[in-house]
Amino acid sequence: MKFADIAEMVRNRLPKAAVSVVSDAVDPWIETTSGSLVALCQFLRDEEPLRFDMLHLVSAVDEWTPLKPPKKNPKTGEILAPGDDPNRPDPGFTVVYHMSSLANQHTLVVKVRVPRWQNAKGPKNDTNLPALPSVSGIWPAANWHEREVYDLSGVTFTDHPDLRRILCADDWVGHPLRKDYAEPKAYHGIEH
Amino acid sequence: MAQELKTIELPIHTDEMMINMGPQHPSTHGVLRLVLRTDGEVVVDMDPVMGYLHRCAEKIGETVSPHQFVPYTDRLDYLSAMNMNLGFSLAVEKLCGVEVSERTRHIRVMVCELNRIASHLIAAGCYGLDLGSFTPLMYCIREREKILNLFEAVCGARMTCSYIMPGGIRYGDLPDGWVERCEQFVEEFLAVVPDLHHALTSNEILVRRGANIGVLSPEMAVAYGCTGPVLRGSGVAWDLRRHGEPIYTKMYDDYRFEIAASVGGSYPKDHVYPAIPPHAVLGDSWHRFYVRMIEAFQSALIIQQGLQKYKKSEPVISEPMKIITKIPEGDAYVETEAPKGQMGFYVVGDGTNILKRSRIRSSSFCNLSVFREISKGCMIGDIPSILGSIDIVLGEVDR
Amino acid sequence: MKTWFVELVPPGWQWVMETIWAVVIAVIVIAIALLSVAIFNWLERKIAGRTQDRLGPHRVGGRFGWLQSPADGIKLLCKEDLVPTEADPILFRLAPYLGLTAAFTVFFVVPFADGWAAQQVNSAAFMALAILGMDVFGTVLAGLSSGSKYSLLGGMRAAAQMVSYEVPLGMCVVIPVMCFGTMDLNVIGEAQSGWFWHWGIFANPFMFVTFFVFLVCATAGCNRAPFDMAEAESELVAGFMTEYSGFRWAAFFMGEYTSMVVICGLGSILFLGGWNGPIPWTEWVWLSEHVHPALGWIGNCCGAIGFLAKIYILIAIMMWARWSLPRLRVDQVMTMCLKYCFPITAAMFLGAMLWMAAFPG
Repeated sequence: MKFADIAEMVRNRLPKAAVSVVSDAVDPWIETTSGSLVALCQFLRDEEPLRFDMLHLVSAVDEWTPLKPPKKNPKTGEILAPGDDPNRPDPGFTVVYHMSSLANQHTLVVKVRVPRWQNAKGPKNDTNLPALPSVSGIWPAANWHEREVYDLSGVTFTDHPDLRRILCADDWVGHPLRKDYAEPKAYHGIEH
Repeated sequence: MAQELKTIELPIHTDEMMINMGPQHPSTHGVLRLVLRTDGEVVVDMDPVMGYLHRCAEKIGETVSPHQFVPYTDRLDYLSAMNMNLGFSLAVEKLCGVEVSERTRHIRVMVCELNRIASHLIAAGCYGLDLGSFTPLMYCIREREKILNLFEAVCGARMTCSYIMPGGIRYGDLPDGWVERCEQFVEEFLAVVPDLHHALTSNEILVRRGANIGVLSPEMAVAYGCTGPVLRGSGVAWDLRRHGEPIYTKMYDDYRFEIAASVGGSYPKDHVYPAIPPHAVLGDSWHRFYVRMIEAFQSALIIQQGLQKYKKSEPVISEPMKIITKIPEGDAYVETEAPKGQMGFYVVGDGTNILKRSRIRSSSFCNLSVFREISKGCMIGDIPSILGSIDIVLGEVDR
Repeated sequence: MKTWFVELVPPGWQWVMETIWAVVIAVIVIAIALLSVAIFNWLERKIAGRTQDRLGPHRVGGRFGWLQSPADGIKLLCKEDLVPTEADPILFRLAPYLGLTAAFTVFFVVPFADGWAAQQVNSAAFMALAILGMDVFGTVLAGLSSGSKYSLLGGMRAAAQMVSYEVPLGMCVVIPVMCFGTMDLNVIGEAQSGWFWHWGIFANPFMFVTFFVFLVCATAGCNRAPFDMAEAESELVAGFMTEYSGFRWAAFFMGEYTSMVVICGLGSILFLGGWNGPIPWTEWVWLSEHVHPALGWIGNCCGAIGFLAKIYILIAIMMWARWSLPRLRVDQVMTMCLKYCFPITAAMFLGAMLWMAAFPG
């Protein structure tokens, strides 16, 4: 099936799930919301002409960029170019699901946006991580991918059977693939 | 033997014992750690623990240009660096919309298939080693050595090649005499394959150790995202060289080869392979191993075709992109058929020469995720058999 | 010779000379055993090398790498001697020597040529088996006392495997004992003198089959590949030896090779004519003690060399198997013993008995 047909089918059957459909990109994608993610994935896997039976990859892309300070004239202190607005909206994470159907030989990309912190004004630590519903009940393959996304990007998955760190040590602090991640000075006395 | 084992399983249970296998263990293929819970010799449950070789490849990918990231891809699956280079290069090329010349494509096919043979030789030899047979490994290493010599001739490096780059290949055309050396290697390799079959594939003990062990059903394989020989060993005829992205399948369009999977109970008939033993079940360790042996043979035939096509092609070699080449905004995902399975690279550009995100889908990582499920109820002695047949490389699992 | 030596002193002091004689014999036998270990260590590497299309040792000591074994020995002696804190300090230190002692002790009843046993025992076959059975204690103790789970599993595997294989191995020894009508290894050896068709293996078809079962059981009883369950380096790292290093590890190593030598010696006496060559050439050149005691001594020397050659050939076969075959799984090893080796030997026992009844003499 072509992407347009898949998108059309999703739009007809689950009108609320497809927030936007981008079909002119290199890899066209369907954007959905965290609330309808599980329903959409279930639909994509089970519905006959779609049958997306294999989940290839779950990845989180941090859209945040470091704040640029305003450019000043070093002598006069005159502002030459404005910096980034410190109160700019949270660009969030894009969590991307790549899936394909071995039976029907087509692929699909589904994207979900989540904020970088669950509560924008809350503390920036592990108690305030954004959450997505887990799709590991639909594709067991998602189990480890979601663990990895949690470990490295700090996006939690509700209803995940075993959400532990997978690549970093269990007592590691922070989520290294966040753009604002600061390396710890030492780990168990090992300095660098 | 294993069928009997299941039927005579005794109602005797001992205290469960926790055994920590690895990260330093002869048969965990690197620094994988398996926490086994065993009832005597029977594995009740296990938990693979990874990350001992985590080198932050994806984080590094956010700080260097694609050109500079290629050497890091070498270190993912260090046994098939060419295939890693190719996967990443194709992803960047797809994002940038770059095409490479015909001759470049043929060279890429040849070095990737050579590397597939090298990787499968190590897989087959180590499978024998894991089951206590050291000798076949030395024969496999001997053949692999010739491949590494060929790699050294094209790019100066033996394992971490960094030969295939986004936009083309490095160092221009193939060196003089390489084609003849490669032809000679393929001939020698095809002559050695029957020996390997004799020492490994149809060895009665090896068959007994692999048949009906760690049976992976096709449904489970697909659900867990298993790919490559693990998926094909379960009888799913799925090979990205035929079913993948157009940018990848285009490379293989004019090559003849058969997908090494059992379709309707029979493997490709283009060549006489050893007979399937009666106690082997589709999806067991033996079938995964068998698929690799067939694939290595098929790859040699592909190289033969590639050499002919290379000679006929126009001598135009695509040059790699520059470090300062701007990567357009957008994202692209390409999966390629690496020896261990489908290796995917997801690249996100933001208009600068540095990628915003380079996400790696590791084939070994996904194949390993099913290990726990298929090893429940096996014996401790079967753990190396199953792990060897899944054929992981920890550099790729941990990244 | 012994009588002459003992009678050098007055009768009241002869026990001193008896003791000195026993010590000399013990030193000679242990020297032969240790030398064999060194040679087999080198031979194993060479055979492995040639099997694997490489040279094997060729740097240490001249062209054939003959200094490899001494170099290895020095290396092992220089290694740090580790005892894990979890281990039982006494048993852990004791275990390697138990197995080694058992293997060495068997040498005292094995005749190297006619009458050339350190101690002639008329139930030598039985005694050899009985002492060889003590071998398992070292392995099991090492497994239990190391305080490591791999060692424990290795020890348990060894206990199950070595004790089980004692049964068919014993049966394999009983069959020639029955055919020759004695348990005295010297008498059994002499009964096979002359041409090679006098050998035990050709005595009757049942003995022929028994020999091959014996070879399998001997390999398994020595914990050699493809039955090296107790070590199983790809599963249990090094099994019962995981925590050992340095000289204690070397003791296990020597024990393994010594028991191989002993069991192959037993096999060659029971089945392959012992010191009697394939052709009775010593008789043709009058190297017999009936002509002159010194000639008889030379003849015995030739016989002993022939006997050692047979041991070497049998061990080379074991090494060949080790470097060619993958390892069986633990349940397959037990299946092999209980379902195949034992019934086959039982049938051969019955067959040999009927054969003896049908063709007496």
